[in-house]
Amino acid sequence: MTSILDEYAAVAGEDVIHHLQQLTENLRGRRVVHVNSTREGGGVAEILNKMVPLMEALGIETHWEIITGDEEFYQCTKSFHNALQGNPIDIPGHLLDTFEETNRVRAEELRPLLEDADIVLIHDPQPAPLLKYMPNRKGKWIWRCHIDLSHPYRPVWKYLRAFVEGYDASIFSLSDFAQTLHHPLYLIPPSIDPLSEKNVDLSVDEVQRVSEEFGLDTARPLVTQISRFDRFKDPIGVITAFHLARRFKPGLQLVLAGGGASDDPEGAAVLEEVKAAAENDSNIHVLMLPADAHRIINALQRASDVVIQKSVKEGFGLTVTEGLWKGKPVIGGNTGGIRLQVVNHHTGFLVNSPEGAALRLRYLLENPDKMTHMGRKARDFVRENFLLTRQLRGYMTAMVALIHGWGERIVTT
Amino acid sequence: MSTAERTKNNHHFIEPSGGLSGIIDGDLRFRIKDCDLAALATGRKAQNLREMREILSNIRVDSLYFHFWGSLLKATFDDPEHHNDFAAWAWYGLHDAVLAEKLGIIDPADYDHLEDLREALLEIIEAHLDDLETVPSAKIDNQFHFIRSQIVVFDTGRIVEKPEDLADVLPTLSLGSIFFHVIDARRRSREGRDDFQAWLEGSFPGQCDDLCREIGRIDPFFGGLARLRTEYAALFENHFRRQS
Repeated sequence: MTSILDEYAAVAGEDVIHHLQQLTENLRGRRVVHVNSTREGGGVAEILNKMVPLMEALGIETHWEIITGDEEFYQCTKSFHNALQGNPIDIPGHLLDTFEETNRVRAEELRPLLEDADIVLIHDPQPAPLLKYMPNRKGKWIWRCHIDLSHPYRPVWKYLRAFVEGYDASIFSLSDFAQTLHHPLYLIPPSIDPLSEKNVDLSVDEVQRVSEEFGLDTARPLVTQISRFDRFKDPIGVITAFHLARRFKPGLQLVLAGGGASDDPEGAAVLEEVKAAAENDSNIHVLMLPADAHRIINALQRASDVVIQKSVKEGFGLTVTEGLWKGKPVIGGNTGGIRLQVVNHHTGFLVNSPEGAALRLRYLLENPDKMTHMGRKARDFVRENFLLTRQLRGYMTAMVALIHGWGERIVTT
Repeated sequence: MSTAERTKNNHHFIEPSGGLSGIIDGDLRFRIKDCDLAALATGRKAQNLREMREILSNIRVDSLYFHFWGSLLKATFDDPEHHNDFAAWAWYGLHDAVLAEKLGIIDPADYDHLEDLREALLEIIEAHLDDLETVPSAKIDNQFHFIRSQIVVFDTGRIVEKPEDLADVLPTLSLGSIFFHVIDARRRSREGRDDFQAWLEGSFPGQCDDLCREIGRIDPFFGGLARLRTEYAALFENHFRRQS
C-alpha cells in the first residue's frame, strides 16, 4: 500500500519530502500540539485535516485540539475577525469576559498536554489567551495568524496584542499582513493540498462530463473566475473584459462560479448585478455552486484555457494558486497575494482594469503555445512554493529554529 | 551609526566549519547540500523614497542580503525583470523608471562587504533625491517591507568523489544546492570563494588552478540560479573534456 508520504512525493517531489524527513530528525521525540477553533469548515481546518496526518506519517507526535464556546464566545471571536480586518467594531466588555473565561476553562482541560508540549501552534485569535494560563509551560509557543492584520481596528488589536506578545514567535501569511511584535515574525504563505478533491488530477472524461453538465462547449475557448459574488472580486469587471475580448474571439465563453450568496445580502445584490450584466448572454455562465462542490470547481478550472481572478482587493487568493496548479495562466488583479503568484509573462499577467484583462486575454488566446508554456511554468511555480508540503516545511523550520535556538543558520542533521 | 562602526558590526563573514560547506573534514570527498530560506518580517517598511533612505541607513545587513541574493531563490524564472527587490519597488511602487534602472544595475557580487553594498545603495538614492523636486511615494498597499531570512541547510546524501564527477553531477543539482554551494558559500568564505573552488583548492592543490580561475570569472548574480547551474556545468564539462 502506498504511504501518504509516497503520495505527496509523487506530486510535490521527492526533495521536499526528504527535507521534511531531515527536519523531523531534529524534532525526534518532541510533541507538537495544534490548537484552533474548529475541526471542519474554513481554510485552517481544511489544512490541519491534511497537515496533522502528514506530520504523524513523518513520525512526529502531533495532537490537534480545538477551543469551542457558547454563542457569546463566537459573537466575540467573529467581531475580532471583522475588527482585525479593519472594521471599526467596539466589543462589549461582557463578550470579552466570556472570551477570556472560555480560554481559562479550556486551559484547565488542556493543561497536562499543553504544559508538557515541546511546540504549541495556536491558530488565529480564538485560542490566543491560552498562553496566559500556562505559566509553567515547557515548550515554545507560536501564534499562527491567518488573518490580514495590515489595517486592524486599533483598539481591538491592542487588546489582542497583549495576549500574543508573550509568544516565542508568530507566523503570518505575507509581510503585508503582519504587525510588529517583539519576537520573530515568520512569513509562510498559505498553501493548497494537491491531493484534495479541489486539486487532485481528474480524468479527461470527468472534465468533459462536468463541462457538458453546465452547457459548456469544449471545442471553444473558456475563461473562468471562481469566486464569491463580492464587489472586491470585481465580477462585473470580468464581464466587461469578456465582452471586450469576445470582439476578437467570437467563440469565447465565460464561467463565473461562486457560492454562499443566499445568506449574504451584499452577495445576493452583487449576484443580481452580475446576472443583469450578463444580459442572458448564452456564452456567460453564472453558476451558484454548493460549498462542497470541490470536484466540480476542479473540473471547471481544468476545462478552462485561462483562469482569471480580477480582484481589486484580495487576501492571498488561493483560487489563483488552484488555477496555476492546473497548469493555467492566470490573469490576476494587481493586489494582495496575487502579486506573489502571478509573475508577468511567466505565470500569467497582473492587470489593473477590465481593459487590461481583455488585452491579456486576447494575447493568450492568440498564442496557444505561449499559453501552454506559461501553464507549465505556473504548475512548477506552485509545486515549489505553494503546496501543503512547502507550508509544513516552513512550520517545521520555525519549530526547529526555536527549539534549538538557532539564529541565522539552521543545519539539519 | 558611522560607516566605520557599521563595518565593525559587519556580519558578512561567518566562520566556515567542517561539514557546513559540503567539504568533509579529513576526507577528499564533497558532500552535496541543499537549502531553503525562511523569511522573517523585520517590521520595518518604507512608503516613500526618503523613508527608504532612512531605513536603509540602519537596517540589519541580513535584510540587504535577502533583498539582493534571496530574490534568486524566490523566483524560479530565468529572466527576472528586476534583479533586486529595491529596483522592483522603484518600478512597481514608486513608478520611477530612472531609479529602477540605477538600482537594477547594482551587482552585489562587486562588493566584498554588505556594508559597502549599503553605501552604494544609499549613494544612488541620495543622489536621486537631490535631483527631485518631490519625494516619490508608493500607495499604501505597495510599501517596501524589509525582510530578513534564516537559511536552513539540508543534506542530499549525495557525495562526489573526484572533481571530474562534478561535470555529471552539476546539471542535476537543485537550485537550492546551487544557491548553497555558490551564493551562500561566498558569505561563509573569507576569500569570497564558492564551495567548489574551496574543495578543489583544498583537496586537490595545484591540480585544478585553471578551472578555479575560470570559476572565479563567473558572475553569480545576473542570470539567475538555473543559468548559473548551466554555466558551472558547461565549465566543468569543457574543462575535463579538454583534459581527456
